[in-house]
Amino acid sequence: MDIIFNGKTRTLPKGISIQELLDQLRLDCMQVVVEHNNNIVPRQRLAETSLHNGDTLEVIHFVGGG
Amino acid sequence: MDTLVIAGRSFTSRLMVGTGKFSSNEAMVAAIEGSGSEIVTVALRRVDIDNPQDSLLRHIDPKRYLLLPNTSGARDAEEAVRLARIARAAGCEPWVKLEVTPDPYYLLPDPIETLKAAEILVKEGFIVLPYINADPVLAKHLQEAGTATVMPLGAPIGTNKGLRTRDNIAIIIEQAIVPVVVDAGLGAPSHAAEAMEMGADAVLVNTALAVARDPGAMGTAFKKGVEAGREAYLAGLGKQQDKAEASSPLTGFLREK
Repeated sequence: MDIIFNGKTRTLPKGISIQELLDQLRLDCMQVVVEHNNNIVPRQRLAETSLHNGDTLEVIHFVGGG
Repeated sequence: MDTLVIAGRSFTSRLMVGTGKFSSNEAMVAAIEGSGSEIVTVALRRVDIDNPQDSLLRHIDPKRYLLLPNTSGARDAEEAVRLARIARAAGCEPWVKLEVTPDPYYLLPDPIETLKAAEILVKEGFIVLPYINADPVLAKHLQEAGTATVMPLGAPIGTNKGLRTRDNIAIIIEQAIVPVVVDAGLGAPSHAAEAMEMGADAVLVNTALAVARDPGAMGTAFKKGVEAGREAYLAGLGKQQDKAEASSPLTGFLREK
């Protein structure tokens, strides 16, 4: 299945959870915020939220800024 | 003790610093430490999977500094509100430097969208610090909407030009019922001192530190500028006038009257 991950298409195994994807990408869930189809996913629900074909995912973190 | 109070929280330092544009995390940390700041701004962006970076938060201890996420990149109220909510979900305290800059060339803030976003965010319980042009009427509207400060610009972001909006900032300060933080365009400690001498409550600096040959030393230089300006303001500056007034007595020896 394909999802849009930070603006780019990404092919993922069917039914993968957001937490599993973060782990695969070596992203620390404490350092990022995830928006799933434009809704913020609370950290405690990352593991139970699975992805579906056509979903949009934004993974955001802090960078330097003024 | 002279403290800066924003939304009921006290700060000793009146200098806020940004974390953008530094050549390295080490340079950024040196600037923050040198500046003595207690409030540090950060931005939110997409994680770049192809170029994994060291997390910014590994270098800034949120227990030591108040992290002030900005909404930079937002071009309208909706995007700004979205960024503020993301920042809060990241575990930050609900403080936000509200920034809405639709024009990428001058990066001037959109007053209408900023006010709209401020109204929404205040209702959602955010402590809102809006970045604005030095417009006294807009500053009033924002304060009425419940913002915790107003942050008028001295000059466009990153220009190092200093207080080009001086007269309007003076009016904002005169009318303010919340702290006035002069943000953007301050390129030298003298600019920061000037803002503080006028009675600004604080200033925010980023580019001037980030582009300095020695960001740590420049942080300290700005700290001194801010402190000098504040102390002068509290001490009471003399009025400017056109006619000279001798500092030494004019009578008593060469020309007896």
